[in-house]
Amino acid sequence: MTELSRDSEARAPAVARNETVVKEAIAQAHRKDWARVVATLTRRFGDLDAAEDAAAEAFATAVERWPHDGVPPNPGAWLTTTATRKALDRLRRESRRDEKHREAHLLFDENPPEPVGVIDDDRLRLIFTCCHPALSPEARVALTLRMVGGLTVSEIARAFLVQEATVGQRITRAKAKIKAARIPYRVPTAQDLPARLDGVLSVLFLIFNEGYLATGANTEPIRHDLTAEAIRLTRLLHDLLPGGGRGEVTGLLALMLLTEARRPARISATGELVTLDEQDRSAWDRDLIEEGHRLVRQRLAEVAAGGPPPGRYQLLAAINAVHTYARDARDTDWSQIVALYDRLMRIDPSPVVALNRAVAVAEVDGPDVALALVDRLPLDGYHAFHATRADLLRRLRRSAEAREAYDRAIELAGNTAEAAFLTRRRSQLVVPDGE
Amino acid sequence: MPRYMLSVYGPAERNEFGGYPTKEDMLQAFEDTKAFNDKLTAEGYFVFADGLEPATTATVVDGQGDQPVFTDGPYLESKEYLGGFWIIEAPDLDVALRLAAGGSKACRGKVEVRPFHTEESFQAMLES
Repeated sequence: MTELSRDSEARAPAVARNETVVKEAIAQAHRKDWARVVATLTRRFGDLDAAEDAAAEAFATAVERWPHDGVPPNPGAWLTTTATRKALDRLRRESRRDEKHREAHLLFDENPPEPVGVIDDDRLRLIFTCCHPALSPEARVALTLRMVGGLTVSEIARAFLVQEATVGQRITRAKAKIKAARIPYRVPTAQDLPARLDGVLSVLFLIFNEGYLATGANTEPIRHDLTAEAIRLTRLLHDLLPGGGRGEVTGLLALMLLTEARRPARISATGELVTLDEQDRSAWDRDLIEEGHRLVRQRLAEVAAGGPPPGRYQLLAAINAVHTYARDARDTDWSQIVALYDRLMRIDPSPVVALNRAVAVAEVDGPDVALALVDRLPLDGYHAFHATRADLLRRLRRSAEAREAYDRAIELAGNTAEAAFLTRRRSQLVVPDGE
Repeated sequence: MPRYMLSVYGPAERNEFGGYPTKEDMLQAFEDTKAFNDKLTAEGYFVFADGLEPATTATVVDGQGDQPVFTDGPYLESKEYLGGFWIIEAPDLDVALRLAAGGSKACRGKVEVRPFHTEESFQAMLES
C-alpha cells in the first residue's frame, strides 16, 4: 500500500463499511438511481449504449470501492460522476480523431450533477424513448426494463421465458434503431403526449400482467418480481408527470395496486387460482388497497371538478375499487360494476371488455342473460372466453356443455394455477341422470 | 440534417388506373400528393420525390463479371414492389413519421420510413 492511499484511507469517513450495510446501500442505489444515471448520461452523450455501459461500470466500481471507501454521502451523485468519467474514458480510448477528443472535453462537466428537476426530466425522456411507437412491443418492454428498470438481460430473459441471446439482440437492435433512425430523446409535445403516454402505459401494463398471470409451464403462477417492477416504474412515471395530463397514469397505478393487494389470496395452498368470490379477503393487503382507493377517489374528485373524463385504466381501477370496497363478496355492488363496464365499452368496445362485462351481468341479470352475450363474442382462441362460458353453463346446470368448455379452457390456459383451478371445477361437475 | 426515404409499395400488376380503384380516385390521389409535395417544399423538408413505372419494366444488371449480365424483371420476387418514394430532410424520426403520415394519406398507401446513412454512422462503419 502506498503512503498516499493509506493516507486517504485514514481520512475516509468512518461510515458504512459493514458488508451487509454496503450491499444494501448498493441495492438501494440501484433501485433509486439506475434510471437517473442512464438518463443523465444519455442526454449528455446522446447515446443509450454508452450510457448503459457506463452506468453498469459505475455500479461495478461501487461494488468494488464502497466496501473499502465506505458508502459516499450522496450515492446518486457519486454514481453519476463515476459513470460520466467511465463514458469519457471510453470515448477517449475509442476516439482516433482529434475532433472527437475535443468534443469529449467540451462535453465533460466537472460540476456535480444537475438539480433534481432537470434529472427527473431526463428520466421521463428515457421512458418515452424506450417506449417509442417505432420500436416493436417486445423491444419496448425489454428496453424499458433494462434502461429504466435496471434489470439485467438475463433477468429479463428469465421473466419472459425467452433466450438470453434473444433479449440481448432485441435490446441491441432497438438501440441501433434509436441511433440510426434518430428517435429523439425528449418528452413528446403536448399534442402527441396522450397517444404516446398511452403507449408507455401499455408497456407497463404488459409487464404487470405477465407478472400477475404468468404464462409458461415451469414458472411461478404469480411473478411478484414483475408486478413489483411494473408498479415501481408506474409510480416513477406518476411522480414525474405534471398533474394535469396524468389521469390515466393515476388510473393504471391504482389498478395495479388494487390488483397486487389481492395477491396473497389469489393462489391456494395447493397452487390453484382462487377466484375473487372465494378469496380470503382478510389476506388482502390493506395498505395497498388504501392507497389504491385514495388514488381512485382523487381521480373521481378531479373528474367531478370538470377534469377530462376517465380513460380505460381509470375505469378498470374504479371497477377494481368496487370489488375491494366490499368486505364480503356478497356485498359487491354488481350494478355499479356493470355501469362502469358500460362506460368502458363506449371507449373500448372490444370483445374482451364485453366478456368481462358479461361476467358482471351474470350477477345482476342471471347466468342465462350473460351466456347469451358471451356466445356472440368472437373469442374462440381465448382461454378466459371458454372459462367464462364453462362457469355460466355450470351454473345453468348444463353439465355436458360445461365440461366441453372446461376442456377448451384448460387446453388454452397458459397459467398453471388457473389450469389447476379449472381442472378441479371440471371434476366437480354434477352429471345429471341420463347424460 | 438527417435524410429519410419514404417508400410506397404497391402490387406488381397495376390496373389501368395505376392501381387505384377508379380514375377519379387516381386523379384525386395525384392532386393530394402534389399538394403534399408543395407543402414539403414550402416547409423545407423536400429533397426529391417521384413515382416509378411498374416492376415488370425493371431489368437487373450484374456487372461484376467480365461481361454484364442482364435479366428481365425486378431483383426480388415479391407480391408488392416499390411504387414511388420521397426523400426528405428532417431533424428526427418523430418529424419524419409525422410527414410520412401526411404522405400516406395523400397517396393512399402505406409508407415505409427509413433513415439514410449519416456522416457519423458512415464514419462508425469505417472505424469498425
